[in-house]
Amino acid sequence: MYTHNGEKYFVVDSHMHYWNAAPSNWVPGAEQYAKGWIECFHAYQGLGPPETHWPIEKFQSYTEDDLMKDVFTDGYVDVAVFQPTYLKEWYKEGFNTTERNAALGEKHPGMFIANTRFDPRDGDNGLEELRRNVERYGSKGVKLYTAEWNNGSRGYKLTDPAAYRYLEAAQELGIKNIHVHKGPTIWPLDKDAFDVSDVDRTATDFPGLNFIIEHVGLPRIEDFCFMATQEPNVYAGLSVVIGGLMHARPRFFAKVMGELLFWVGEDKMTFGSDYAIWEPKWQVEGFVDWQMPGTEEFSDYPRLTTASKKKILGLNAAKLYDLKVPEECQLPPEAGTPGAADDAQLVT
Amino acid sequence: MSELASESASTARAITDVAGAAWAALATVRDPELDAPVTDLGFVASCSVSPEGHASVRLRLPTYFCAPNFAYLMVADAYDAVRAVPGVRTAEVILTDHFASDAINTGVAARAGFVAAFDGEAVAELGDLRKSFLRKAVMAGTDQVCRPLLAAGTPPGELADRTLGDVTPSPELGRLRQRRAELNLPAGDDAPLVIDPETGEGVSGNSLPLHLRRARLTRAGIEANTGMCTGMLKHRYALQEDHQ
Repeated sequence: MYTHNGEKYFVVDSHMHYWNAAPSNWVPGAEQYAKGWIECFHAYQGLGPPETHWPIEKFQSYTEDDLMKDVFTDGYVDVAVFQPTYLKEWYKEGFNTTERNAALGEKHPGMFIANTRFDPRDGDNGLEELRRNVERYGSKGVKLYTAEWNNGSRGYKLTDPAAYRYLEAAQELGIKNIHVHKGPTIWPLDKDAFDVSDVDRTATDFPGLNFIIEHVGLPRIEDFCFMATQEPNVYAGLSVVIGGLMHARPRFFAKVMGELLFWVGEDKMTFGSDYAIWEPKWQVEGFVDWQMPGTEEFSDYPRLTTASKKKILGLNAAKLYDLKVPEECQLPPEAGTPGAADDAQLVT
Repeated sequence: MSELASESASTARAITDVAGAAWAALATVRDPELDAPVTDLGFVASCSVSPEGHASVRLRLPTYFCAPNFAYLMVADAYDAVRAVPGVRTAEVILTDHFASDAINTGVAARAGFVAAFDGEAVAELGDLRKSFLRKAVMAGTDQVCRPLLAAGTPPGELADRTLGDVTPSPELGRLRQRRAELNLPAGDDAPLVIDPETGEGVSGNSLPLHLRRARLTRAGIEANTGMCTGMLKHRYALQEDHQ
């Protein structure tokens, strides 16, 4: 919980990691990819405040104690959602697996939600693994990284028939939340790998599932916003938006927030620190202090109220994951400003 | 001796001139996603031309995993631009520190095209991809040109009646015209200021407010990406900070 100026904020970190990217975990022959991946993440950390930067050695393999201190003790987070990313072609035990996350989560009951993942290219075995993970870890959400390399394939789309088969199975197992993360490779390579039109169609075809688009579809914010405004079950995951822009590029952060508030609305935006890329502490503090600039350039963007910030930092994600929110952190029913429903009429 | 020295100085000057022209040629190469010159973005690590006219260019990108299709376009465009400089006889453009460096560098050197460079992984060349991002550039450029008009009090509905020739010339207007021309869209003085980048038709009436909102959104997206990419490049190569 974060308390500031007498206001209490229930904080759900809806997108964070516990990875192992140490060289001892790199797959022989694929070292360049394992190294390139973690160095790419490390460059993202460079967009945060200098005093929060870590040396690459710590960044590759931070400890349980680091995580518990950074996220909970110092970072104000009440509940954190593990989002696994496997990358087993590059990392021997996986980069950040359901098992590794859950092992940490089991030591700290009530503090973590262990999401799992699937890869529709894994056939019947993958479906069986999904079933086992949901049963064992009680997962209510999955993280999908569509650019993962898998046995010669460079990625998939949510509209692939195999992906629909997995989504149907996931829904039957009780999965509610699909966190989607796009990456730079997909087949065929001549298409835009970050295109979100597959999410658009899938969200229409699976109205019972929520689709949280992590990094708000970056680098395709414009396509994401235009899609999200038309799909009631599509959410904006703010991981990377706050971490990557609020400190390094404040003007563009304000614009992106303004666009998200206009097109998607404050009821469908969820905070995620993307830890260990960025620590939550400075993100939570900075976001609560943040205001839309008062200059002309930003004059037609919606404003953020304290209630809006409470929703974005935790209450929206608490709804998605059925979390119990302490009375003192809840909002009266009329609080906040309306979401984007009115604006969405422009599009229909 | 003096004749030789003079000749050497003249040769050196000629080489410098050719190298300068090569750099100027690279400044015409844009990142298709960010719609900005690779020289401004810091993507050109080095550019030199030997006395024999061999141009050697090293490109670098913000991450090891930047999208390979856009990376290919930049390397191929850089090759074409430098190769066309008078005085350049041969050229080599190398993308460094990228997971697909080998495929891209070999493919561009062989002038074989994207499909051949990524055997089995691509089904078409990149013309359509380039066009779809030029259309985004037209949308972003529309916001750059229209926003000052709106801020100056022009009623939004009136923008539908304006032509490109009605707008006071500016670098932003010039860029918008150029991007439209590249797509074979109307770009002359009598062309509507606000057009649909798919069809080239003027946008008016009920469609105009949403179109302008999308233009603003597209610009915000490109600006945010540019801010992030340049920040990561700086971190990756320990460069001095640029300013947004």
